[in-house]
Amino acid sequence: MIRAQVIVRPRASIFDPQGDAVCRAIQSLGVAVKQAHVGKCIELEIEGADPQAARAQLETICHDLLSNPVIEDYVLTVHEAEAGKK
Amino acid sequence: MRWAVVRFPGSNCDQDAYHVLKNVLGQEVEYVWHKETSLGGAEAIVLPGGFSYGDYLRTGAIARFSPIMGAVKAAAAEGRVVMGICNGFQILCEAGLLPGVLIRNNNLHFRCETVSVRVENAESRFTRGLKAGQVLRIPIAHGEGNYVADEKTLDALFANKQVLFTYSDAQGRSGDASNPNGSARHIAGITNAAGNVLGLMPHPERASEAILGSADGLGIFESVLAGEAAVIR
Repeated sequence: MIRAQVIVRPRASIFDPQGDAVCRAIQSLGVAVKQAHVGKCIELEIEGADPQAARAQLETICHDLLSNPVIEDYVLTVHEAEAGKK
Repeated sequence: MRWAVVRFPGSNCDQDAYHVLKNVLGQEVEYVWHKETSLGGAEAIVLPGGFSYGDYLRTGAIARFSPIMGAVKAAAAEGRVVMGICNGFQILCEAGLLPGVLIRNNNLHFRCETVSVRVENAESRFTRGLKAGQVLRIPIAHGEGNYVADEKTLDALFANKQVLFTYSDAQGRSGDASNPNGSARHIAGITNAAGNVLGLMPHPERASEAILGSADGLGIFESVLAGEAAVIR
């Protein structure tokens, strides 16, 4: 079993209304936060033992489905296959 | 004219669109389930409003991979009319049939109200029955109608007259006060470069009968029909 994690975050150049609302909420609680950005964390478990092959497939999925390149960037982390698990 | 109204899980304006086309305009209309791969020879396709796939991930992000979207893309490439209303607009952007993307309203509110929409280009397949500068009263109902694209794309959209509708006040003046969602350059509806694919956030199907308070939306459907009649003649 291969585990992977995808972090999707709004581009800095795009106004992030959710981040703005969260930022204001934190400020209202008395913490001097200057900025907040709200993204997504997607955790995946993939059949197989070849992290390289999984990465190639996941890059496509990240680009086409999990993020929209017009407004978001993503970071894909693929963990090594865990010993003893398939 | 033969129309198809595509239904995704979570579509909720499909019946409104069907009603207007069938009962108000006397058109041939069929529902097409998103799992289908054929549009059955429809000459015009409506992707209706709603919350396809619960808006999970991003609005329209999952619906754009529905089996029917292959046929929608093929129809668009052939020059057939494709109209995406609200969630349909979001799906068309995610599918790459229209540039840009619709994100959360900048004020974070779900805006459900009748707004003023100015006709920017009255020579398109969707507006030829309208007048440039005309102000339409049409309802919106969305949380993600904030149109975003890079400056170059926005410039091109205006230069190519692909922007058909912008938000305005009742007198047709643009301004932040009459922009309900923060949309770039007040954009409410655009077409593709070829002019046969329209996406718009306002709901013309909810403003097509006087009893509903406005019949201004009907002009958009009638423009499509007028064009078709001209071709047949």
